[in-house]
Amino acid sequence: MENTNKKTLRNDIILIGAIILIALIGFFVFLITRKDGQKVNVLVGGEVVYSFSLEDTVEQQILTGENNQNKNVLVIENGEASIKSATCPDKICVSHRKISKSGETIVCLPNKVVVEIE
Amino acid sequence: MNKTRKTAVLGLLAACAIVLSYVEMLLPPIWAAVPGIKMGLTNIVILFVLYKFSLKYAAAISLTRLLVVLLLFGNFMTFAYSLAGAVLSLVIMAILKKTGWFSMVAVSIAGGISHNLGQVLVAMAVLQTKEIGYYMIALSVSGIVAGMIVGLVSALLIRYIDKFITM
Repeated sequence: MENTNKKTLRNDIILIGAIILIALIGFFVFLITRKDGQKVNVLVGGEVVYSFSLEDTVEQQILTGENNQNKNVLVIENGEASIKSATCPDKICVSHRKISKSGETIVCLPNKVVVEIE
Repeated sequence: MNKTRKTAVLGLLAACAIVLSYVEMLLPPIWAAVPGIKMGLTNIVILFVLYKFSLKYAAAISLTRLLVVLLLFGNFMTFAYSLAGAVLSLVIMAILKKTGWFSMVAVSIAGGISHNLGQVLVAMAVLQTKEIGYYMIALSVSGIVAGMIVGLVSALLIRYIDKFITM
C-alpha cells in the first residue's frame, strides 16, 4: 500500500507537471507572437462585419440576432478597444479589460460577437 | 446495495449536482479578463459517482444535470458549451481512473482542465477564431487550483460518507 501511494504521487506530479509545462510553452508562444495591434475587427459568426483602425476614436453599435435585438457597443479610444455596454445576460464582455495587443480578443458568447485586434 | 436504495441515492446525488450548478452561478466571476474560470463544484458529485458507482451513472447524472439546468436557466448556446466540456471531462477522467496510475486529485485536475478545453474548442468552432485558444493558458492554471480543491473534497466525501451511502 505504501508503495502504490508513492507511485501514485509520482504519477500525479508527472501529470500535473506536464500540464504546467504545456501551459508555460503556450504562454511563451503567446508572449513572443504578441505585438501592438493596428486594426480592430468585429466578427459576428466568424465574418468580419466592421473593421476600424486602433488610432480612430469610434463608438459603434453592433446589432446581432434575428431581429437585431442583441446589441453590443464597441468603443475605441486612445488606442484601446472595449465594450461599453451590451444586452447579453452575463456582461462578461463589458467587464473585460481594454485590449490593444495583436491577437487579443473580447468575446461575447451569448451574442456571438468577437472583437479582435489585428 | 439494493435497487431501490441505489435509485434513491443516485437521485439525491443528481439533485446535489443541480444545486451545486446553481450555487456556482451565484458566485461572482473570479477574474473578468478570462471568462470561464470557475470552481467546477458539480464535478465533486460526478467524481464521487465515478468512483463509487460507475462511468454509466456518472454520465447519467452529468446529462440529467445539464438538461435540468438548460430547462431552468439556460439557453441552447450555453448548453452546447457545457455539454462539450462535460463529455470531454468525463471521458478523460474515466480513462485516467481506469489506468489506476493517478490519485483522485490528479483525475479531478485533468477533468477540470479538459472541461475548459472542451468549451474552448466549441467556442473556437462556433466563433471561427483560433485566438480564443489562448484562454487555455490561464484556464490550465485555474483548473489545477480548482481541480485540486474539488478532488480533495471528493476524496474526503468518499472516505467519510461512503458508509452512509452504501449501507
